[in-house]
Amino acid sequence: MAEDFKTQVEKLRPYLLRYAQLQLRSAEAAEDAVQEALVAALAGASGFAGRSNLRTWLTGILKHKIIDLIRKASREQTVDSDEAWEAAFDGNDHWRAFPAEWDDPDRSLEQKQFFAALEMCLEGLPAKTARAFLMREHMGLETDEICKELGITSTHCWVLLYRARMALRRCLEINWFGKSAS
Amino acid sequence: MKLLTCKEATSLVSQGLDRRLGVLERVSLRLHLLVCDGCSRVARQLPFLRKALRQLADHDH
Repeated sequence: MAEDFKTQVEKLRPYLLRYAQLQLRSAEAAEDAVQEALVAALAGASGFAGRSNLRTWLTGILKHKIIDLIRKASREQTVDSDEAWEAAFDGNDHWRAFPAEWDDPDRSLEQKQFFAALEMCLEGLPAKTARAFLMREHMGLETDEICKELGITSTHCWVLLYRARMALRRCLEINWFGKSAS
Repeated sequence: MKLLTCKEATSLVSQGLDRRLGVLERVSLRLHLLVCDGCSRVARQLPFLRKALRQLADHDH
């Protein structure tokens, strides 16, 4: 029975690796986080007891491991540049590149290539901006938790999230929605 | 009440995904969106980004 649990957990390893890699942006760090999470999971298998979905339970453990790693990493902070994002507006804070209408965005969610484009756009974000954004939208953390982990104020956090969203929407508009519309 | 620029309006749209906006913020944002197509599009697109990100780990390629 314990063996069976272990097999099930192992089956979820690729998903967990991918989850960690998106957040940590390093294959090595992702391996570390998943390894630690799986060790913790196997040690605490009795805590699972089939109460929830196994993947949800493991992802919950993994989130804590990822946050530990982020906390360590955020001691070496870098300053992100604003430029790509500021280009969306002119000197009067009105649109320079007017936002386009996206054609049936939900249909994109069924397309593999859309997620490849999304990931490419995420990679273009400055590191700290991307980290805050992924903690919010990918891991689903609240802003005050993100502030605490990154050691920033909530106002700074909202600014980072705003920049990330605006840069990402512009990138997708150019590299995905612009192309599929034509 | 002062009118919002597009930058302020989209910043409020974004913050609305992270915190509860105040009454004045909501009213001035709504007024701005009534007359601005660009910001209205962004107001639909940002929640879509959230939806897409939540599904990202499910896609291997």
